[in-house]
This record gives sequence, structure tokens and C-alpha cells, in this order.
Amino acid sequence: MSVYVNKDTKVIVQGITGGTARFHTKQMLEYGTKIVGGVTPKKGGTEVEGVPVFNTVKEAVDATGATASVIYVPAPFAADAILEAVDAELDLVICITEHIPVLDMVKVKRYMEGKKTRLVGPNCPGVITPGECKIGIMPGYIHTKGHIGVVSRSGTLTYEAVHQLSQAGYGQTTAVGIGGDPVNGTNFIDVLKAFNEDPETYAVVMIGEIGGTAEEEAAEWVKANMTKPVVGFIGGATAPPGKRMGHAGAIISGGKGTAEEKIRVMNECGIEVAETPAVIGETMIRVLKEKGLAEKCKTH
Amino acid sequence: MNIHEYQGKEILRKYGVKVPNGYVAYTVDEAVEAAEKLGTSVTVVKAQIHAGGRGKAGGVKVAKNLDEVRTYANEILGKTLVTHQTGPEGKEVKRLLIEEGCDIKKEYYIGVVLDRATSRVVMMGSEEGGTEIEEVAAKTPEKIFKEIIDPVVGLSGYQARRLAFNMNIPDELINKAVKFMSGLYQAFVEKDCSIAEINPLVTTGDGEVLALDAKLNFDDNALYRQNDVVEYRDYDEEDEKEIEASKYDLSYVALDGNIGCMVNGAGLAMSTMDIIKFYGGEPANFLDVGGGATAEKVTEAFKIILSDKNVKGIFVNIFGGIMKCDVIAEGVVEATKQVGLNLPLVVRLEGTNVDLGKKILNESGLNIIPADSMADGAEKIVSLVKGA
Repeated sequence: MSVYVNKDTKVIVQGITGGTARFHTKQMLEYGTKIVGGVTPKKGGTEVEGVPVFNTVKEAVDATGATASVIYVPAPFAADAILEAVDAELDLVICITEHIPVLDMVKVKRYMEGKKTRLVGPNCPGVITPGECKIGIMPGYIHTKGHIGVVSRSGTLTYEAVHQLSQAGYGQTTAVGIGGDPVNGTNFIDVLKAFNEDPETYAVVMIGEIGGTAEEEAAEWVKANMTKPVVGFIGGATAPPGKRMGHAGAIISGGKGTAEEKIRVMNECGIEVAETPAVIGETMIRVLKEKGLAEKCKTH
Repeated sequence: MNIHEYQGKEILRKYGVKVPNGYVAYTVDEAVEAAEKLGTSVTVVKAQIHAGGRGKAGGVKVAKNLDEVRTYANEILGKTLVTHQTGPEGKEVKRLLIEEGCDIKKEYYIGVVLDRATSRVVMMGSEEGGTEIEEVAAKTPEKIFKEIIDPVVGLSGYQARRLAFNMNIPDELINKAVKFMSGLYQAFVEKDCSIAEINPLVTTGDGEVLALDAKLNFDDNALYRQNDVVEYRDYDEEDEKEIEASKYDLSYVALDGNIGCMVNGAGLAMSTMDIIKFYGGEPANFLDVGGGATAEKVTEAFKIILSDKNVKGIFVNIFGGIMKCDVIAEGVVEATKQVGLNLPLVVRLEGTNVDLGKKILNESGLNIIPADSMADGAEKIVSLVKGA
């Protein structure tokens, strides 16, 4: 089992003819992901890496039966690409694109209300179920199949955590990058809920960063609902207030959104928080041992 | 992106938001000329810097005649204002806003921001104007009222009215307040603001609703479609290295320490700062080279780090996903050759094309200290810089 994606997930790539999309389409295919089509307006009828290209998402879905899409479309057009995917009634849309204007995303979120589609991102590395399906830009080889769920606001920090887990012999069920933007499709609680319900997931790593209060809300949810251990990390303890740290959402404003506050609330809610990003794996293993889950989670 | 108060007021005026008449002045003579043009009995001389708390720092003066305008302009122009938002080094005043004085009845607060919890724009109002909203929120949260705005319909009349009534704006001025709020919301969405804060909003003796101050910040990601806003950019208000970085789409924030960092990904870049600090060092900067970096961009990033004279060592921490390690390696080698690096350089590579990247570094013949992990790299650079 896994969350959101598995070996049967059929995926289309929006913006497939762009350089980055081409590179990652190749990587995803090599990983074994079922990339069944691509979309670039006016490039319909051509091929990329042997994958047929269509003019519209609707055409691509009708022709291939895809249920998921991944978006590499440039920021000025990315919100529209999400709308098109939602309109085509895909189950899952993963938006990799960063730098989408936030007011575009406010409209997208409004449009998505009551629709069936789940959006992951934008500004995220994507979703991977090791050994089955990789949708996004993460390096596939660091992941191993197993029982730890990973959810994160940061791409490279996810890789860091996954790498540490894999090297120590603890594989992952699914790793979900929810993205670093202030308005995103899927939040921590959505993913935690999915991991809580997934029988193969025994524990979860949750990686947050400064800005907003999503980690605090997730921690409260964990305290009230989660039956599995959660280990956390928060990036940006040394970030100065009022400065945007790369991610549009990573900013301490009006004294709100500090790492200190997030860590305090997470600890209060029973989430063990790693002291440095280098010991996320170690911290998880220690918690698994305490809970008697280490043997069950060790995969290699 | 931030702009000055007078620029914010120029934008608001176009959206029907009432602001006092005023002119920008770069010199004392221009200030006096502006006051003459205004012809009001009372003139306000306001320092224009990108920071709040100007009044308390002596950057806002009320002048009763032209001589006083001259005196105050002379005093404030060129002065370095230190406020709670400028940092201890302060900011030099290079521009003034010369504005008509007005007969203030009462001060209020109005702010428009993104509400992350609902993914909507929210308008906040309070009758506690003039003080910082964070302070009001801490002491009397019941005095802050919010209207969450549906992006499809915009700010409705009833929402604006409800907010105005909640703020205890007098009945006879409700319509003017509603017009003010509608204009402010319109400006916020059409100009891609990230913050539009009017503190204080004032009611006046002659029955007006005016924006006495205006703080407009903009979504950097939307600047590509806001050319007129970009023209307001004041380079004097920004860190030179941050300006240089923005030319190459590098995300850079200057800090006070001595260990330069080059990292890919915002989360990892922040955590790299954290781990340097954990091992007893001080990061000199936040630098995310981003996903689509080229060797040229990496070279520029290196030059920017080295242009900070406090930097005594560099830590490159890369976990390649979209970013390929060989590209970083080529950039590092190229930059090192171009700038003639003589500081300790610790490089940790992991991820996409890692072997190729390591090979490029090894074969470069440069004195690069490899690190096996993030912790290893951080420890190495901290001890090297301390030993230097």
C-alpha cells in the first residue's frame, strides 16, 4: 500500500516539451512510472521520449485513461494548467512549478472547491512511492520501499530525510512534498490523515519550516487523531524575521511563524523534533525503538 | 518588493482611495517648493524609508510655516533613522514626502493580507489605529475585525459596511469608508500586493476618510506583470548583494556571520544555516541557487558570496533533484578559477548525477574539501573558519 500514487497510476506531463520536463519525463520513465502522455498546446501529434503529446489535457485523458498529471509549465501559465487538469477531472494533480503569483493560487483554490481533484504543490518536488511510481523531480535512487511516510514543505530537505532513512535501512511508503508556497493544494493534515489510514505506514516524518501556522495545526491534529508516531523537523531556526527565505511561504511576520513556536507546539503534541536536519533519520529510529516498531520498519 | 509611502499613495489615489495631497522631495529646496505648492497652513515632513516606526525615530515632523519646513527637511534628509524595523545600522533618508496636514478626528487601522489558513484575502480593521496591529492583537484581540473575501465576487458592500460599523466609524462616514475599502481591495488584487496596510486611516474634521500612511508590499512572483510597480523599486533601500543576486534569479539574504553558504532548495538552505549555528559557527548568508541553475549562475552566486568581506569560508551543500550535481561542480570549479579562491571551501554533493559531480571536483586539482554529509560538512567548515 501507499498513499496517492502506486504502480498502476497513469500519468500525463503538462508542459512536456520544455527542457526541465523532458529531462524529468525521461527520469520518471526510467524509474518505471507509467507516463502515458504529455500536453503542450500546438505540439499535439508529436512525441517526447516516445510519449505521445496532445494539445489539451482533456484529449490526453480521453486517449490514455490517465488519472494523474504533473505540471512543469512556467509560472505565468501554471495556474491555468492546474485549472485545465481539474476541469479534466483528474484524481491527482502535482504542480512542480515555483514562483506562481499567490493571487493566482487563491483563485485556483476557489475553483477547486467541491471538485474531485487533489492538488499537491505548487512549488514542490512531487510524490514518490518507492519502487512503484515517481512523479516529480526527486532523485529516485535515494528512496527505498518500506514503512515510513514522509511529508514535507521543502524538496531538498525531504531528500535529506529520505536519504538518512534509506541509508539506515528504513524504507518509505510514500514521500509527499506539499510545497513551499503559502497557498497550496494539499496540507500536512491531508497527508497525515492518508498515512494514518494506510496500513503499510507505521510512522511518519513531518518536515516543516518557518512561516504560517500549518505545522502547529498539524501537530494539534496529530495529538487528537494520529495512531502512529510522528517525528518532525523545522527549518529556519536562525532565519531573521521579516525576510523571505527563498520559499514564498517562509517568512516570519509580526512575530508569527517562528521555528521556536512550531517546535514548542509539536513537542507539546507528542511529536519528537530532530535537533538538526542531519539527525532526522536517527531521531526516527530512536522513536521506533522506543515504540517497539524498529524491527517492523527495518526493511534492508 | 517594498515601495515608499508616497509611491503607495500614488497607487491608491488611482483606485479612488483618498490620501492627503503631497509631493516627494529629494532636496531641501524641493521640500520648500512642495510646501509652497500645497499652500496649507500645516505641512508634514515625512522621511521616506522602507521601514516602519519613522515617527518615533524622529523622521516625521509637523511644520507650521515654510521656515519650519526648511528646518525639518534639512534635519531629516541625510539623517540615518534607526527604528525597530531597520536594524541597529539604521537607514539613511534620501527622500521626503511633503504632505498637507489634516485635522485628525480619530485614527483607525485597515490592513489587507493573505490569510494562509483559508487561502483567501482578508481585510482587517480596528478602531485602535496608530499603534502596531501586532500589539493590538496581543492586548485587545477583540478589537480586530476580519472579513474573508471570496476572490470571485471580491469585497462585497455588506462586508465593507460590516467592517466599518465594527470599527465604530461614525454613521455619516460609513459610505466614504466603504468606498475607501473597496478601492483598497481593488488596488491589492490588481497590483498583486502581498500587504496593503493603512495605519492610521483617519477621519477628519471636514468629514473625510483618509489614508494618512500607506504600506504596500508586492508579491515578487507577480512582478513580471506589474511593470509600473517595478519602476518604483528603490535600489538604495536594498542590500547590494541582494540586488546582484536578484539579477541572476538567485535567492539571497545577507546575514551577519562569516560562513558563506551556497545551497539548493530553500528548506535545505535554511537548515544549512541552522546546522552551522548548531556547530558553533555563524552563517553569512542564505543562498538558494534554485532548481534550474546553470554553471554561469553558480559562478555568479560564488562571486556574490565572496563580495561579502566578512566571509572567511564557504560551505556548498547540494542535494540534487532538479539540480544536477555536475552543473554545481562545474560552476564551483569555474568560479574558483575566475575569482582565485583562497578561503577554505567545503563541498557536500548528493543526489542527481552525484558521481559525475564528484569526479569534476576531484579532477579540477583545486583545494576543495569534500564532505560526506551535511553534518560532516558543517563541522568541517566551522572548525576551518575558527582555526583560520
